[in-house]
Amino acid sequence: MTATRTDNRKKNRLTAMVLFTVAGSMVGLAFAAVPLYKLFCQVTGFGGTPRIAAQAPAAAPTDRTITVRFDANVNPALPWRFEPKKTQVTVRAGEPTVAYYRATNWSDAPVTGTATFNVTPFKAGEYFSKIDCFCFTEQRLEAGEEVAMGVEFFVDPEIFNDPNTQDVTAITLSYTFYPAAKGKGKKGGKPRQAKAKQAKSLGPVSVAGRPVKG
Amino acid sequence: MMADQETAVAGGHDGGHDGGHGHHPTGWRRWLFSTNHKDIGTMYIVLSLVAALVGGAMSFWIRLELLDPGIQFNVFGAGEEAAYFQFYNVLVTSHAFIMVFFVVMPALIGGFGNWFVPLMIGAPDMAFPRMNNVSFWLLAAALVLLLVAAFTQGGPGTGWTIYPPLSNADFHPGAAVDLGILSPHLAGASSVLGAINLITTIFNMRAPGMTIHRMPLFCWSILVTAFLLLMAIPVLAGGLTMLLTDRNFGTAFFDAARGGDPVLWQHIFWFFGHPEVYIIIIPAFGIVSQVVSTFSRKPIFGYLGMVYAMVFIGFVGFVVWAHHMYTAGLDVDTRAYFISASLVIAVPTGIKIFSWLATMWGGSIDFRVPMMFACGFIFLFVMGGVTGVALANAGMDIAFHDTYFVVAHFHYVMAIAAVFGMFTGFYYWIGKMCGRQYPRVLARIHFWSFFIGVNVVFFPQHFSGMAGMPRRIPDYPDNYWGWNYVSSIGAFITTASTLLFFFIVWRTLTAGEKVPANQWGEGATTLEWTVESPAPFHTFEELPDMTDKQADE
Repeated sequence: MTATRTDNRKKNRLTAMVLFTVAGSMVGLAFAAVPLYKLFCQVTGFGGTPRIAAQAPAAAPTDRTITVRFDANVNPALPWRFEPKKTQVTVRAGEPTVAYYRATNWSDAPVTGTATFNVTPFKAGEYFSKIDCFCFTEQRLEAGEEVAMGVEFFVDPEIFNDPNTQDVTAITLSYTFYPAAKGKGKKGGKPRQAKAKQAKSLGPVSVAGRPVKG
Repeated sequence: MMADQETAVAGGHDGGHDGGHGHHPTGWRRWLFSTNHKDIGTMYIVLSLVAALVGGAMSFWIRLELLDPGIQFNVFGAGEEAAYFQFYNVLVTSHAFIMVFFVVMPALIGGFGNWFVPLMIGAPDMAFPRMNNVSFWLLAAALVLLLVAAFTQGGPGTGWTIYPPLSNADFHPGAAVDLGILSPHLAGASSVLGAINLITTIFNMRAPGMTIHRMPLFCWSILVTAFLLLMAIPVLAGGLTMLLTDRNFGTAFFDAARGGDPVLWQHIFWFFGHPEVYIIIIPAFGIVSQVVSTFSRKPIFGYLGMVYAMVFIGFVGFVVWAHHMYTAGLDVDTRAYFISASLVIAVPTGIKIFSWLATMWGGSIDFRVPMMFACGFIFLFVMGGVTGVALANAGMDIAFHDTYFVVAHFHYVMAIAAVFGMFTGFYYWIGKMCGRQYPRVLARIHFWSFFIGVNVVFFPQHFSGMAGMPRRIPDYPDNYWGWNYVSSIGAFITTASTLLFFFIVWRTLTAGEKVPANQWGEGATTLEWTVESPAPFHTFEELPDMTDKQADE
C-alpha cells in the first residue's frame, strides 16, 4: 500500500507539472496573440489593413481604373483640423499615386499626433498597398501650423482577378488622428514608452514619413 | 441554511465508519482546513446555493424592472436616472458573473465533481487534497471581490464580456472594474487548480480494472471539462491582465488611439468564452447520462459514442469563438468558416441527445424526481440548441444580435439547462451525500413549478427578441410590453419555486428518511452506490478491484 502511495505521488507530481505547463503556455499564447494578431492583419489585409510595399510594382499599370476615396477623422482630444485635399481620385490599378491631406494645429501649443488607418471594404485591404505614408510615424505640428501630408499608394491589379472583389469599384482609405505623446495614460504609468513601441508597430521603421510642408 | 446543511452533513458522520482513520478535525477547522474531497465538495455546493440566492435576486430585480415600460425602481431618486441605468448594468453584469462562476461551475465541477469523481473511480481522495482546499477558498475570495466591486464607485456596468472601450479607464474610471476583473482572475486560478487536480486524479488514481473506457460518463464529462478549463481559463487570465494594465499602467493593448485594437479583446474573450459555455454544460451531460441510465435500468446507449461526442464538442468548442462576433466586422469568408464550424457542433450534440433517447427506449423507466429533471434538461437543452443552430448563421445573428432572442437562446442552453442538470444531480445524489431522502411530493411540485416557471420566463423572450427588444436596457417602448409582462410573471413562479427548493433542502437535511447504500436499485451500477449512505468520511481505503467486472456502461 505504502509503496503504491509513493509511486502514485511521483506520478501525480509529474502529471500536475505537465498540466501546469499547459496552463502556463496558454497564458503565453494569450500574450503572443497581440503581435500575432497584428502580423496576421498586416499579412492578410484582414479587417481592411492595407499592405505596406517597399516600392511600386514592377509590372506596368493596367488600364482598368478604380476610385479611391479619402476619409479623415480626428479624435476630440487632439486640437487639429484634418481633411483630405481631394475627397476622391480615380487611379489606374498598379500605378503609384500620391494624395495629400491637410492638417492644422489650431491650439497655441505644439502637439504631436499619430494616425491609425484602414480601408473599406475590408476585403480590399490585401490589394491596397502603401509605399509611403505620414501615418508610419508620429507627426508634430507647431502652434497654428498647417501642413500637407502625403500618402503614396497603389492598388494591386490582382483585385480585378479575385472573384471576391469583383463588386469593388471604390476603396475608401480612412485615417483617424489621435494625440500621440500625452494620450490617455492618465493614471500614471509610462505612456511615452508604450507610444514608442506603438510607433514601430504602425509601420516598418525603414520607411520614413515625410510630411510635405505646404 | 448554510449552517443547517453543514451540521446535518457533519452529523451524518456520527455513526461513522471511520475505522482506524477516525481522527479528523472537527468544528470550524474541519471546514477551513479541509482536505477531504467530500467536505470540500459540500462547501462548493453550499457556496453555490448562497451565490444562487444573490444572483437569483438580481435576476428577479431585472424582471421586476422590465415588468412594465418606464423606470420602476430608481433607488437613487428623481433626476438620478443615469446612476440608476449604471446600477441596472451592474445588476446584469453581476448576475452573469455570479451565475457562471459562482453558481453553476462550483456546483457541477467543484461540488459534484469533488464528491463523486473519486467515489466513481474508486479512489480514496483527490490527487492533491491541499490544493483542493486552496481551489475552494480562492473561489470564496473571488465571490467576495465581485460583491465588493458591485458596491464600489458605481460598480462594474460592463456586462460579463467586459468589452473595451466601455471597460477602459475613460468610461469606468473607478476601482469597480479593477475589482470586478480581479474576481474572475481569482476564480480562474481556482478553476485551473481544480482542473489539474481532477485530471491528475482521473488519470492516475483509478481503481484496478477501472480502465479509462469503463469510467462512468460523469467522470468523462468532468475530465473533458477539466481540459477545457485548463486551456481556456489561462487565455482569459492573459486578456484580463492586459485589460488591467491598460486601465492602470498605460499600456495600449485595446486602445485604438495608441495602436491597440479593441476587437482583439473580443477575440481573446470569446476564445475563453465559448469553451466556457461547454465547461458549464458538459458536466450536466455527465450527470444526465448517469441518471437516464439508472432510471431506465439499462446501460447507456452507445457509451463510446457518448464519450467521444463530449471530447469532440470540447475540441470544436475552441475553434468557433468568432460566432459571437459576427457584428464586429468580420469579412464574408471568416463568417462562412465560423458558421460551418459552429453548425458542426450540432452533430456530436445530436449523438448525445439520441443516445439518451435510445437509452430510454425500451428501458424500464422509473420517473423518480432525478429522472424528471433529466428529461427536463434534455427538453430545455434541445430548445436552446435549436435556436443556437439558428443563431450560428451570421445572416440571422446580425439581425438578432443584442436582442432578447439571444437572451432566450443562451438562458435555455446554458442557464436553465445547466440548472436542471444541477437539480438532477442534487436529487440523484443527495441521499448519498447526507444519508437522507428528499420529500418526494414537494420535489415533484418543485420540478413542475420550476419547469413551468422558467419556460414562462424565457419562451416569450424569443418573441420580444424577434420584435427587436434590446438586451441590457432597463426601459423599452410600450409595444414590447406584452411578452415582457408574461416573462416577468414567469419570474414570480420561478422565484417561488426556488424558495420551495431551499425549503426542500432544509426538510431533507432535518426530516428526510434514511436511505440504504443503494437507494435506486439495480439501475444504479456505479461505485458510489457500493458505499453506505451517507458516504463515510474515508472511502476506498482498500481499493475496489474492478478487473473482473463487466464494463458498467
